[in-house]
Amino acid sequence: MLKKLFTWLDERLGLDDMYKAVLDRPEPKGNWWNTLGSASMFLFVMQGLTGIFLSVYYTPSPDHAYDSIQYIMNGVAFGWLIRGIHHWGASLMVILVFIHMIRVFVTASYKYPRELTWLIGVGLLLCTLGMGFTGYLLPWNQKAYWATTVGTSIAGSVPWIGPFILKALRGGPDLSALTLSRFFAAHIWMLPAALAGLMGVHLFLIIKHGESQFPGKDD
Amino acid sequence: MAGSGHISRRDFIKLTTAAVGTFIGAVIGLPAIAYLVDPALKAVKSDAWIPLGKLETFEIGKPTLASFTRSKVNGWEKTVTSYGVFVIKKSDTNILVLSNKCTHLGCSVSWKDDRQEFICPCHDAQFRLDGSVQGGPPPRPLDSFSGDRLKVVDSVLLLHFLEG
Repeated sequence: MLKKLFTWLDERLGLDDMYKAVLDRPEPKGNWWNTLGSASMFLFVMQGLTGIFLSVYYTPSPDHAYDSIQYIMNGVAFGWLIRGIHHWGASLMVILVFIHMIRVFVTASYKYPRELTWLIGVGLLLCTLGMGFTGYLLPWNQKAYWATTVGTSIAGSVPWIGPFILKALRGGPDLSALTLSRFFAAHIWMLPAALAGLMGVHLFLIIKHGESQFPGKDD
Repeated sequence: MAGSGHISRRDFIKLTTAAVGTFIGAVIGLPAIAYLVDPALKAVKSDAWIPLGKLETFEIGKPTLASFTRSKVNGWEKTVTSYGVFVIKKSDTNILVLSNKCTHLGCSVSWKDDRQEFICPCHDAQFRLDGSVQGGPPPRPLDSFSGDRLKVVDSVLLLHFLEG
């Protein structure tokens, strides 16, 4: 019965071909360094899930952001666990994405025909850092407030257009409720959407070109 | 392989991966469900004995207003609500407590000594000394507390308040 259902779905969806293309790809040489991209993607999914759960109780307003997080940590069952995973997962994701980039650089995997994969990877790195930067403000505590003050000031030091960038990031000349809500929107909608889209292209290119050979003695 | 009691390396890896995956999924997934439904599992205890004042301070036969506040915590939000009740002491053992909230639309009624009735300022409702409706729009008498909703401890009158 189950087998008949699977066959029915497989004929229409091509599940078997999809499995072979996506997960059953030949690996040139079993190597743990080649798993860093998948590990980053796993963390992205984990961050997405815990983030959705956090948004059940979090309130992005200066009046309530701090209190709602205190409530998540102390009042809700396993709130500390969900927020803990999100908090540590964020740092781990930045670290993994960096090591992944270094691995690709060291094994020269960015060369023809994979330059575009590398370029999109740069976009993914920037989005990941953006997620870290915008997420850092959301607890709305002293550390968050001043980190964002300093971070947006650095962006504001660009010649000519600096003041514009600063005001666009903060939603005005000062840090305010507008800053918090636009960082929240960027953190849960814009950047994740950009990340997911770029990840789709990144994965497509990896599946299309396959894993790169490790450089040998002659290279 | 099947039936021989021998398991291939590939099947072993598959089995252990599935087992470890299920375990990790349960360890993360079950707390996640608890996290979501947590507010529904919290027991809300809202009743309390409210001290209204020393028994001898209430004049016999004259309704005296006693006010108190009750705070309610919903998540990280605390709301404080004020309540008022009239204490009507006929004797030290015969006490009636009436809510000052008009049963029509919830305005606060006040006692008019000259008319010997409670008057609601909003729609001119009138209640008698026992809380029953004298006239006006209210659908039912003022909420009253007596019997086991009241007790006297160390000559202080206490009201068993269920809400707030």
